[in-house]
Amino acid sequence: MSALIGFTLLLLYQVAGEAIARLFALELPGPVIGLMLLWPSLAIAWVRQHVSEVAGFLLSNLSLLFIPVGVGVILHLELLSTIWWQVSLALLVSTLLGLMTTVWLLRWLIRPSEDEAIGSGGAADAKAQGGRGHG
Amino acid sequence: MGRVARPMLRLKAGVAMAEFVELWTYLSATPLFGLTATLLVYVIGLAVYQRYDQTPWLNPVLWSIVVLGTALWWLDIPYQRYFAGAQFIHFLLGPAVVSLALPLWQRRAELKRHAVALTLAALGGGAVSALSAFALAWWLGVPEAVALSLIPKSVTAPVAMGLADGIGGIAELAAIFAVLSGLIGALLARTVFRVMGEGTSRLAWMRRGYALGTVSHGIGAARALQVSHQAGAYAGLALAAQAVLASIWIPLLLDWW
Repeated sequence: MSALIGFTLLLLYQVAGEAIARLFALELPGPVIGLMLLWPSLAIAWVRQHVSEVAGFLLSNLSLLFIPVGVGVILHLELLSTIWWQVSLALLVSTLLGLMTTVWLLRWLIRPSEDEAIGSGGAADAKAQGGRGHG
Repeated sequence: MGRVARPMLRLKAGVAMAEFVELWTYLSATPLFGLTATLLVYVIGLAVYQRYDQTPWLNPVLWSIVVLGTALWWLDIPYQRYFAGAQFIHFLLGPAVVSLALPLWQRRAELKRHAVALTLAALGGGAVSALSAFALAWWLGVPEAVALSLIPKSVTAPVAMGLADGIGGIAELAAIFAVLSGLIGALLARTVFRVMGEGTSRLAWMRRGYALGTVSHGIGAARALQVSHQAGAYAGLALAAQAVLASIWIPLLLDWW
């Protein structure tokens, strides 16, 4: 029952998110707005308890949910076969760069003894690296 | 029908075969087929993956896609018919994205403490990943619609599809690129982190998880969760952050362009 209420809640938030996206012609996807609406509501113990029941299941099996779309690659094999190495290279290089950039940024921005040991030095480094990351 | 007049001795095996074909034709046309096949293949893939200590290249998503894709092609089943059943799994992506609020809420203390750092890291990592993919593909002469579909590659598939649609890409391709980015990240993360000298301290797990969630969304998060709870939690955080931030900056950038 609890899981059922939790699932209903998730759907209600998604519906609300979709409705807001349409009404205000927002570019944000409905489920993302639903996420942002749900977040503050999790302060309510009742909501949190019911949502956790389903969220645990959904999030621990998240990778399963990508398979139906992933199989859709067979629809585009013809197009992809002409540009497969370009796309693969772009995916590979960009994923590596993205991983490394995120780790670098976090190394610069959050130091091991972050709480008080680092003062202005850390902040200055953070700015320098932040600028590089975007440039 | 005319065949009924043939000798009654018609091979029993032949009848069984005909019945089997008929049954198969019936079953493969119902939504039950796509749904069952997806779950069955994934469950087996997951069992194999766990049996062999979660070796990255045995990734169950990768192999499920390969096995199902090959099976559809080999059995000549149109993707639309498969998806008629598989859509019930696909549908859960929406509520799953909403439920990402939970890891964000659970980590709200860290999120508040490191708000600027985590936001910048998600924006920086996401932007480098998105723009380098687009630039490289463009430079290599990939058609514009395909190159644009690469931009939301670090965002979880359902969100990526919506984003690609909005910026002139192809939704299905965007979903596939997102899945592939997820797989590449999940496969290579350990090596990349090792080369970068990431250890196993609390902060190192945080960086590993957060980086994997940032570029490889749900598939990366699933991978991170298998390795460490700390990493998994931060990957979930990064995945949610990426879904929100990319949904804001990608349309804005493309509008401005």
